[in-house]
Amino acid sequence: MMALVLERRAEAGKWALLAAPLLAVGLTMASSLVVFWLLGQDPWRALQVYFIWPVSDAWGLQEVAVKATPLVLISVGLALCFRSNNWNIGAEGQFLIGAICGGGVAVWTHGWGGPWVLPLMLLAGAAGGMAYALIPAVLKVRLRVNEILVSLMLVYVADLLLDWLVRGPWRDPMGFNMPQTVTFARDATLPLLFDGGRMNLGSVIALVVVVVAAVVMARTLKGFEIRLVGQAPRAARFAGFSDTRLTITVFAVSGALAGLAGVIEAAGTVRQLLPGFSPGYGFTAIIVAFLGRLNPVGCLIAGIFIAITFIGGENAQIILRLPRDMTLVFQGLLLFYILACDTLILYRIRRRVPLQGAQT
Amino acid sequence: MADRSPLLAAEAVTRRFGTLVANDAVDLTVMPGEIHALLGENGAGKSTLVKMLYGLLAPDAGRILWQGRAVSLPTPRAARALGIGMVFQHFSLFDALSVAENVALALDEAAPLPQVAERLREVSRAYGLPLEPGREVWRLSVGERQRIEIVRCLMQNPQLLILDEPTSVLTPQETEGLFETLRTLRDEGRAVLYISHKLDEVRRLCEAATILRQGRVVERCDPRQQTAASLARMMVGSQIADVRRARAESAAGPVRLRLDSLDLPSEDPQGTSLKGVSLELAAGEILGIAGVAGNGQDELFAALSGEAPAPRAAAIVLEGTPIGHDGINARRRRAAAFVPEERLGHAAAPRMALSENALVAGHAANGFLRRGFVQRDRMLAWVDAVTSAFDVRKGPRDPEARALSGGNLQKFVVGREILRKPRLLVVSQPTWGVDAGAASLIRQALIDLAADGASVLVISQDLDELFEIADRIAVIFHGRLSPARPAEGLTREAVGLLMGGEGFGPVADTPPVMERVA
Repeated sequence: MMALVLERRAEAGKWALLAAPLLAVGLTMASSLVVFWLLGQDPWRALQVYFIWPVSDAWGLQEVAVKATPLVLISVGLALCFRSNNWNIGAEGQFLIGAICGGGVAVWTHGWGGPWVLPLMLLAGAAGGMAYALIPAVLKVRLRVNEILVSLMLVYVADLLLDWLVRGPWRDPMGFNMPQTVTFARDATLPLLFDGGRMNLGSVIALVVVVVAAVVMARTLKGFEIRLVGQAPRAARFAGFSDTRLTITVFAVSGALAGLAGVIEAAGTVRQLLPGFSPGYGFTAIIVAFLGRLNPVGCLIAGIFIAITFIGGENAQIILRLPRDMTLVFQGLLLFYILACDTLILYRIRRRVPLQGAQT
Repeated sequence: MADRSPLLAAEAVTRRFGTLVANDAVDLTVMPGEIHALLGENGAGKSTLVKMLYGLLAPDAGRILWQGRAVSLPTPRAARALGIGMVFQHFSLFDALSVAENVALALDEAAPLPQVAERLREVSRAYGLPLEPGREVWRLSVGERQRIEIVRCLMQNPQLLILDEPTSVLTPQETEGLFETLRTLRDEGRAVLYISHKLDEVRRLCEAATILRQGRVVERCDPRQQTAASLARMMVGSQIADVRRARAESAAGPVRLRLDSLDLPSEDPQGTSLKGVSLELAAGEILGIAGVAGNGQDELFAALSGEAPAPRAAAIVLEGTPIGHDGINARRRRAAAFVPEERLGHAAAPRMALSENALVAGHAANGFLRRGFVQRDRMLAWVDAVTSAFDVRKGPRDPEARALSGGNLQKFVVGREILRKPRLLVVSQPTWGVDAGAASLIRQALIDLAADGASVLVISQDLDELFEIADRIAVIFHGRLSPARPAEGLTREAVGLLMGGEGFGPVADTPPVMERVA
């Protein structure tokens, strides 16, 4: 009889943290070559459409930035949560509430606002997302309610709230009865950075957030506290850190970032509110956070990569007539490979062979 | 008797873990009707050897003979089928199930529960191991839980019983009871392989000993012919530095720490609440708290450290200031320092570097921060200072905590606190599971700290340790603390009786642990 066992490697070096995602990306591409070939496509051309075209002209690059911005903002916040063992699964809901609060300001001031509208929107969006994330956090701390369930369920509440608002009180009176708000006025939109694309100030905000979060995590006591609470809760108590206060803090920060992403999407890219306003950024950001090793800079890189597959998927629908599902297959393969690579780098497989003449 | 053939023989058994040779051509011979001691420091290879004998590890080389015949032991089940039983240091029992149910689950052949209970009762009566089959395990004391494990083994009718550090959790009286049982087994012609590092016990109980050092057999002897000191020398391979107690005769200073009838309900429903705990600790004094595990030591430590704030601020007074409501960092700023029992997970985060673990206890009072930013160079310098002052052996300059051996990590977490020059040090199990060299270094450091005028409170289950270093000793039982008495003139028997609950008087609400005191 022979058994395969996983044995933890004594020392997996720092290189492993980088190697796993890179290997996973490589394996995803290799597997997709096979899939393209089976679908009767020219594999190399398909790969080009997916991964090269989106980054081969200025317009494509700007689109990538537009898609990556919300993913990066949300995933950085989630990374802080996940690092400290707080499972905020409801970033999608916080994203929508951020869009509703910021968009609400735009709808309310439509026709009489000034340059103060945009900062107010950003503030309202962040505050809304934060308040919404505090619901599961406070319930967890006070009543020990599971934060995964509460935060997840609140996504659907937010979704239906948006639906009701754009069909009811906030519907554009001149919009031919379509379920959407007015198109935001100039004062209520984020300025574009370059001509010939949709990249806006939001991408700059996302970059600033990444830098600040990276410094906080690596160099400050708060970052140390987040890592310690997640890794060794008893040692964190011994260090005098309060895990309940930290739960409130990380939920507040991640909710604010998700809300900020929501209002940036509303004010920068879509410029109005409408149902189905988010393609699921809040959920995709969970994959981004893990692909980015729960590290802010990692989230930036992973967010850009996932954004490329979104754009590449759109290209492939138009040019190769491949279904949108291919994008989901990519993301699924990627997550699968990264988990597998992680396991194989942290553990080794050993064949356990019993001694001669085993009797079982 | 001399011409009888060995029951079990290991011949040149070798086992490697990576580059570490845990067992290097080890020979071991156990005769029937013999209590055989396996002695060695932590990491000498005792556990590796018995795990191979019990089928938990496969040897890389060498062979194992059972009654003269070469055997292979791929699983513990195969070992049990031959007649080898083992009682582990850490129990594997289901708290919510009854004694009989726990035993039935572990039997190799399924049997109806009433039948198991009946046999259990027989075996426990025959060997003087009283157990009530219907009791749920969570109601039982540690000693009783160990009895379940032993009875469970005996029900398989083993010819060889392996015991791994069985007395580390027992009171002296319980230890005596266990020894009686083991002698009964020996008189029946069974063999016992007894793993321990308690030399007095080995000398009293065992007629043969094999001594391991760094994976090799260094000596075989009859421990009855040896002194504790000579056995210790064989184990360590050199003279252990005697802990010096060059202390001024009872030059006890002013009272530094006072507990005034501290009541503290345990946060853990299975824990032990503290009831009316009072004590006084003077400057320059070492106070030892003895007691069997689970009698409120964890709660007392948490109350002293501030991890569990006291209901009344005045219940804990440090240098005249009530600190009962203060958190752990506020207490650290008042020059108090703490070393909890668990090294990995409580005192240190396993996957963090030592420099970051310096920050765990030092961020409040060690000047590791500047405007909220962590000063890595200062933390590294601190690690270097602890390393050289406490002889912490490690490969790289700043490894993860889990990469250190138990003794070296303990030296680090003790050194981390002592180097802060605290005026009060509270330390729980300072040398638990630590090799003799590290243990003597740590004890010496505690004594030196007190000699410099600090107050030291040591919570320990190791009576030898307390008698070695403490000026006064109190016993914790059931969350209540006995008055402290001078260690000088105190006998082990007197402390042992207190540890078993004698002299505490009847208690109104009797928690389950109490009921075992027979």
